[in-house]
Amino acid sequence: MLGKTANGLFWMSRYMERAENTARLIETGQRLALTRLGDSDDEWRSVLQSSGALSAFLAEHDEITKDAAINWMARDRANPSSIRSCIDLARQNARLVRTAITGELWEAINATYMSTNDMLARKVAERDLPAVLRAIRQNTALVRGMVHGTMMRNDIYDFLRIGTFLERADNTARILDVKYYVLLPTVSAVGSSIDNVQWESILRSVSARGGFRMEYGNAGGPQEIAQFLILDRRMPRSLAFCASKLKDNLRYLNAGATRPNASLRMVQDLETGFLSHDVGAVFEYGLHEFIQAVLDKLATLARQIEIDFRFYE
Amino acid sequence: MTTSPIFDEMWGTDDSLRDPYRVFHEWFQGEDAARLRAKQRDADELFRLSGITFNVYGQAEAEERLIPFDIIPRIISGAEWYRLSRGIEQRVRAINAFLHDIYHGQEIIKAGRIPQEMISGNDAFLPQMIGVEPPGGVYTHIVGIDLVRTGPGEFYVLEDNARTPSGVSYMLENRETMLQMFPELFSRNRVQPVQNYPVDLQRSLAACAPQGASGGPVVAVMTPGIFNSAYFEHAFLADQMGVELVEGHDLRVVDGHLAMRTTRGYKTIDVLYRRVDDDFLDPLNFNPESALGVPGIMDVYRAGNLTIANAPGTGIADDKAIYSYMPEIVEFYTGEQPLLKNVQTWRCSEPEALAYVLDNLQDLVVKEVHGSGGYGMLIGPTATKKDLAAFRRKLKARPGNYIAQPTLSLSTVPIFSRNGLAPRHVDLRPFVLVSPGKIHVTPGGLTRVALKKGSLVVNSSQGGGTKDTWILED
Repeated sequence: MLGKTANGLFWMSRYMERAENTARLIETGQRLALTRLGDSDDEWRSVLQSSGALSAFLAEHDEITKDAAINWMARDRANPSSIRSCIDLARQNARLVRTAITGELWEAINATYMSTNDMLARKVAERDLPAVLRAIRQNTALVRGMVHGTMMRNDIYDFLRIGTFLERADNTARILDVKYYVLLPTVSAVGSSIDNVQWESILRSVSARGGFRMEYGNAGGPQEIAQFLILDRRMPRSLAFCASKLKDNLRYLNAGATRPNASLRMVQDLETGFLSHDVGAVFEYGLHEFIQAVLDKLATLARQIEIDFRFYE
Repeated sequence: MTTSPIFDEMWGTDDSLRDPYRVFHEWFQGEDAARLRAKQRDADELFRLSGITFNVYGQAEAEERLIPFDIIPRIISGAEWYRLSRGIEQRVRAINAFLHDIYHGQEIIKAGRIPQEMISGNDAFLPQMIGVEPPGGVYTHIVGIDLVRTGPGEFYVLEDNARTPSGVSYMLENRETMLQMFPELFSRNRVQPVQNYPVDLQRSLAACAPQGASGGPVVAVMTPGIFNSAYFEHAFLADQMGVELVEGHDLRVVDGHLAMRTTRGYKTIDVLYRRVDDDFLDPLNFNPESALGVPGIMDVYRAGNLTIANAPGTGIADDKAIYSYMPEIVEFYTGEQPLLKNVQTWRCSEPEALAYVLDNLQDLVVKEVHGSGGYGMLIGPTATKKDLAAFRRKLKARPGNYIAQPTLSLSTVPIFSRNGLAPRHVDLRPFVLVSPGKIHVTPGGLTRVALKKGSLVVNSSQGGGTKDTWILED
């Protein structure tokens, strides 16, 4: 496979994943805004921060309002992580790798692009927002379904998966990074309704509320949430799950090589060094420091993958 | 010529249904206009979804656009096609022999059939190709011959496309769409298939691989990139052939071979189906400004380690100034009378021709020798006085830059308009594959149609559409 093609596949699935994550973050923010009394601007601040779009937002806006935040994250092309930008870029990469993906997958991405552009052509009215976000998530699910149902399990698939799980791990880590203080045991009002709302918002941001409840009922607290999102290998958005998928796919790509690539060794180190302990060790290390270290390693891993597989030169 | 009645391929010149359309007409009469309109919309949606788009040159934003598709097929009988395809084969054979001669002994010039300055003073002539032997002796691996029709058996060649003819993806997608829209039409008519084209192309290219290529030759398609107007087609063909789609920055010369950068290192390419112009192939050998090309690729080519399809320098064969010599060229190399007609052409470089053209400008079509896509062209009968005056000045300033031809009364084929069937002018581009000892004409081609009533300009960039082209099994 061409290095350029691997690059295109990697970014195509990263952008699809990012679009979906951004949609979910907006849903969470909107839900919090609606279920909370008083001022919700702080919530939008942390939603913007979780999506990595806060500083760019503040460069263009004087204050954080709900409408401006939603508009920025959903449809502003000046925001490279807005849903619209992500879908544009996913499609552009899909065009670049058109020969590597199935016709059905291409059509699903193209259809997603066309319908997203239609829905986000104008400012979305508040009453239409839930339906629009739902439609976008359905579209991205269709794309994922086409990847699963029509793509050969070969190196093309591996690069698609690597893009997906790097983006997802990054997303989960960033949400934890923004909200880590809510999970610290030293916070005074443990178990207060504020905390419950905050915990729920974390879980919702990664579609983990149902899974968490199934696992812990209503008894889970911050320790359990951290365990669930960082270390639980059954939870498809946990850091440990993403790392193990990254390892699997990098290993397939290394099949037959005399010496494993640096990127494979990196992800193995990430797993053994950070994601194989219990949650007590994480809190001992310092939750904030731990997440910072993981984010750092993910960024280095992404750069190493570019080098190992000759994405650019 | 302009006064002769227009030949309609369905209704002839006297409103009597022509044979190839009999079965279609029967079917059409049983159809409901509202249902057909819905089908037309379905077809548009299919095209939109498949992403078969082209980018329009000269627009501020490189916007992707669909070429309008018309659901009424253009139908040609097997017998008509047989005569036509023999003429195309003959012409393509002559073009290859001409190119070999021009870059070797130049016998045709020595014989006085073509003036020396037509070649030496021509930008399309590449001195770098002199004495180069392309693998398998093939220069034009893929050719598109543009034809127009003026009567039942009257086909004229309007233009030869010997560089990188485009449009074949529309031929294939149009058929695919028609098969989905109107399966019943294909059970009633026996239409010769075009769908083998990608496989034929792959085999034909592989058969032209250099001698040294071991095992199955590696073929790749080279595109200028995602913003090129024909990017869809480049990706489509690579996909259908199951080969890599590469750009200049994926390629480099490694150990005397062309190689592409893969995730596992550099891999040799044996046959490069390039969809970039000569000028942009090799910054060392041609345009040093080009960021699209591969430094040193021409050295690999000259060493015989690579097939470039089409070969560099083939533009000398489809130049509009050379066009006027095509009857001589066909005769000189095949020893036969040309089976296909050339349109009468005045070379404005010749003083007598120029005088005639200036006197009769309002009846003629004037084209730039090196132009394409219908740009920079004057259609006398529909031009304003101002246009005519402007062109008169241009002709006087640079006569060698222009040729002129009579306005042919192009045939029409019905399109499905708001008011039912309505005749519109068409042309036809069949696609030809050349490999050592073999010339294959795909039964069909791209029919372009001027959607505006009375218009003769079929170019997609100027309001043209396309149709599926059927060659019947008689």
